[in-house]
Order: sequence, then structure tokens, then C-alpha cells
Amino acid sequence: MTFKHVFNKNFGKYLLGRVGQTIMVIIIGITITFIIPRLAPTNPVELKIQQMMVSGANIHPEAIKAFREAMNDIYGLKGTLFEQYVNFWSRLSRGDLGPSIFSFPRPATDIIMKAMPWTIGLLLSTSVISWIFGNLLGGLAGYQSNRRWTKWAELAANSIRPIPYYIFAFILLILFCFVWPLFPTSGAYDPGMDEHWLDPVFLLSVLHHTFLPALSLVLTGLGAWLLGMRALVSNIISEDYVQYAEVAGVKKKTILYQYVMRNAMLPQITGLGMSLGGIFSGALITEYVYGIPGMGQLSYRAIVGFDYSLIMGVSIFSIVGVSVAVLIVDLLYPIFDPRVRLN
Amino acid sequence: MINAFTGLWKTSGYFRFGIVAVVFAVVMVVLSFFSPYKPMESYAVAADAPPSLENWFGTTSRGQDLFWQMTFALRNSLAFGIITALLSRIIAIFVGMYSGYKGGWFDKVLMSVNDSFVIMPVLPILLLLNFLLRDQMNWFYMSLMMALLGWAWDARLIRSQVLSLKERVFSETAVFCGMPTRKIIFREHMPYVLPVLFSTTINNLLWSIGMEVTLSILGLTNLNNPTIGVVIFWANQHQAMISGSWWWVAAPVIVTVFVFTGFYLLSVSINEFIDPRTRLRMKGGAA
Repeated sequence: MTFKHVFNKNFGKYLLGRVGQTIMVIIIGITITFIIPRLAPTNPVELKIQQMMVSGANIHPEAIKAFREAMNDIYGLKGTLFEQYVNFWSRLSRGDLGPSIFSFPRPATDIIMKAMPWTIGLLLSTSVISWIFGNLLGGLAGYQSNRRWTKWAELAANSIRPIPYYIFAFILLILFCFVWPLFPTSGAYDPGMDEHWLDPVFLLSVLHHTFLPALSLVLTGLGAWLLGMRALVSNIISEDYVQYAEVAGVKKKTILYQYVMRNAMLPQITGLGMSLGGIFSGALITEYVYGIPGMGQLSYRAIVGFDYSLIMGVSIFSIVGVSVAVLIVDLLYPIFDPRVRLN
Repeated sequence: MINAFTGLWKTSGYFRFGIVAVVFAVVMVVLSFFSPYKPMESYAVAADAPPSLENWFGTTSRGQDLFWQMTFALRNSLAFGIITALLSRIIAIFVGMYSGYKGGWFDKVLMSVNDSFVIMPVLPILLLLNFLLRDQMNWFYMSLMMALLGWAWDARLIRSQVLSLKERVFSETAVFCGMPTRKIIFREHMPYVLPVLFSTTINNLLWSIGMEVTLSILGLTNLNNPTIGVVIFWANQHQAMISGSWWWVAAPVIVTVFVFTGFYLLSVSINEFIDPRTRLRMKGGAA
């Protein structure tokens, strides 16, 4: 398979369609985040002013008026709705979401950029590990569907599958931080350490702290991939070409890995793309539960501190991030599927 | 109906577990109406007591009995999930069945909207919405919002069923006999779609309860109305894990695991029963 094989004319069409759809999703999503605050009966500026009044400060009405105007300007709430919308996009394209109220005057984008790598790292590593192991186990289980271990694996997978990610996070937290304290309860690394990614001591500390949250995400995902793959493989092995290969004496390993699993993998790749949004929401809470300084922790801080630009930024970045991730997974599809390449 | 029930009960362990979970949930919901305490009444019992014969699930740092609080929490969470699932069913059925049956540009437009909703990450939108409308948000608005965001995947499944039904002879006969579209869809095709509808309803129910828990843990719902997520929120607020009252977190976690696994296994077992290949295998024939 060469570069030319993958990137032919049909692939170009497929690419165009998928990229177009992703752009549409992003536009719809961001437009929704633009509309919601403007439909709300209270806007963030008024809420902030209310908050200031409640805290007992005696502020001159003129000062409040000036403050309101300044805030409206910073948050892009000036002018007609259409002007605001255009302004919203032009600021967004410059990565300008306004300053964070919580840690004023640091720009919200700055804070999000610092949290993002933690979330991406956790999400990427766990979903890839869980996808690979789930599919391998599922493939074996489908191929050896009459063995005893497959029955147990199926039972375990079926029981784990419906449990939400964060509930699993709590279970592991109770078991391994409380009942049998093997792991620390909170934080991404030992307190008092600096973020030196090349320092092995720091790296070990990060691994120690993130092992449980990662495990909870991997295990919950594993069940779904295993069951999906098992069902696909058990359908495929009854097809003529597999039986022909068996009769022809092709090695069992070759049949399973190259004839059966390769075909069964395609829907699973689509599944990976589809599930990323769900994994993302799961990871958000898992992060919050284990005190990892990613987007989950950030959302909680933004909600508690009533930080409008930060929560806005978290929503927009998540929508863009998840949609792009889904697109990347979908673009891997033709590499595995010769049929998409041809038509 | 009764035959199917006894058949499933005899052959499927999943089904038995599922029924036990449903009975447990119903009993909890009924018990909530006979609770000796108000849902969020504090200092009604001794604070921070571990599980005992007197307080089955232990008590919270605010002096609430966790068992009785969980009966309310489960009732509210289930009510929320059921309403959301029913509302999103309405959209999913209409979009899925009309889109599949009509085809053409109608189908194309609806499906591209549909696919955008499938990929769209729902949580960030809900975060923003609940953040800004926290005081105005009641559980009905929230389930309406959830329904508006959560119908797309099920509509696609229903559509794919209708696409194959449309090619069957009885559909053509119905068209030639002059049956109106609405009647063909709801009288002729609906019975075939019901099994898919059933399992997607359970999945949607679990999804929406899970979403509500997620938002509650972050403190974005009405925190004076106990749901599974609200109980966890208060446990976090009082640092239950650090202060050692692990049962405060364990109670909602155990109830959730039991109910979620039970409901899911119920839908799996019913799906397997509906699939003719499994029934053949159960009777000892070749699949």
C-alpha cells in the first residue's frame, strides 16, 4: 500500500465531505455557545455586578455604569446581535476569549492551554490502550467462542459496560486509596514538585498519581470494545471465505489476525470516533475526582468562581477538540479499508 | 407475553439479574413515599455513622440517613431519565421513520443534521447552559434540553431498520392499496421497529441519568433536590473521602452500579431473545 493508493480521487471526495461536516459541526456548536448566553435572562456582566453588590461594597452608581460598559466591551456584548456575532468570530479567530475573572487579568485562553495537555494526554493514552486491548480480547473471544474463559470475559464485559466512567473512578478510589491505600487520592504529582518533564522522579510521580484515573477509563472502555469485536468476529467466521481458508489449511493465527480481525476492525474505528465525545465527558469528571489539573478541574473552578469567559472557553475548546479528534479517527479509516479507497 | 417472560427467566441469567434490579428500583421508589425524614432534612440522625443495622447505608456529616436519602435520589434520577428518554423517543421516531421512508433530499438534509448531532460533544453545551441558567433551570427544562441533544444516534438506528422494511413486499402492497404514509409508518412499520426502540430507550435512560450525575457532581443542578449526582456532590463538598466517611460515596456508587448493570443486562437479554439466531441456539438447532 503506497501513498498514491490511499490518496486517490475518491479519497479526495471522502476527505472533502468529512472536513466539510466537521466544519459544520464546529459552526453549529459554537453558534449554540454564542446564542445560549444571549438567551439567558441574566448576562454574565449583570451577574458579576450583582455579586459585587452582594459582597457589601458601597459603589457609586457612576462607577457601576462605567464598569458595566467596560465589561460589556471586554466580553463582546456591545452592538446589535449581528455585530456581536461577527465580533465573536473575529475575536475567536485570534484566540481571544477575554480575561478570566477568576485569575484576572490572565486571558482565559492561556489558562485553558495549560490545562489542555493533561486532558489530551489522559484521553489519548487511555482510549488507545483500551481500544487495542478490547479489540484483541474481543477478537480472541469471538474466535474461541466455546471456551470457558470467553463466557467469563463476556459476563465481566457486560457487567462493566453500562457503568459510567466516573462511577468506576469512585470505585477504584474507594478500593485503592482507602481500603487498600496503594495510590494517592488527589493531584497529578507529589505536592511541592515543579513541572520538569525530563526529570525521571517527576515522571514517576505523575505515573503514580495518574495510574488509577487512567485505569478507570481503560477498564470501562474495555468492555464495550470487547463485546463489539466479539459480535463482529463471530459473524465473520461463519462466512464462506473464512471456512474456505480453514479447509485450505491456512494457519489459524493468519486467519484470525489477517482475514477476520482486519475486516471486523472497520466498524470499530467508526465506533472509536463516535465514542470520543462520551469518553471526553467521562474523563472530565474522572479528572475532577482525582484532582488532575486538566479541563475537568478547570470547569469546576470556573463554575464555582462564576468565571464566564473560562466556562465559555472550556465549551468552545471542547467542541473544537472533540470534533477534530473524531475527524482524525475517521480519516484513518481508508488506510484500513480498501473498499473506501476504491469507491 | 407470559410465555416469553418465563422462557427468558428460565434460560437467561442476565434477565433474572435485570428483573431483580428493576424490582429493587421499584421497591426503593415506593419506599421513598414512606420515608420518616424529609429528603434533605439535616441533623435528623447521628452524623458520620458507618453502615449499621440501624442506618443501613450509614449517615452523612449533615446527619442524614443515607438509605432514605437514596430512596429519594433514585426516584428523582429515574423520573428524570424516563422523561428524557420518552421526549427524545418522540424526535428519534419521527426523524428516523420519516427520513428512512421518504428518502431523497428530505433524508439527506435530515441525516446531515443528524450526523452533526451524533458527533457534537453534548457535555460542553450542557455545562454552559446550566452554568448560565442555574436558577431558572428545573428538572423538566433540563430533560427537555437533554432530549433535544440526545436523539440523533437512535434516529439513525431506527432509520436503518425502516430502510430495509421499505423494500419488503408488504410495504409495496400497502402503497399500491393507497394507504397514507402516516398509516404505513405507524401501523405497518412500527411493530418491526419496537424491539430496537426498546433497547435504545433503556440506553438513552442510562445516558441521561449519567449526564445528570455528571452535571450534579460539578454542582450545576438544583442541589436541594436529591438525585444520585447530588448525593455525590455533597459527599465531595464535605470531603467525605478524606475525612474517612467512605460510605457517603459508596452508597450512591453501589446503587448506581446495581441499577445500571441490571437495566443494561435486561436490555441485552431481551435483545438476544428477539434475535432469532439466539432462539434457535437455545433450542439446540444450528445458528
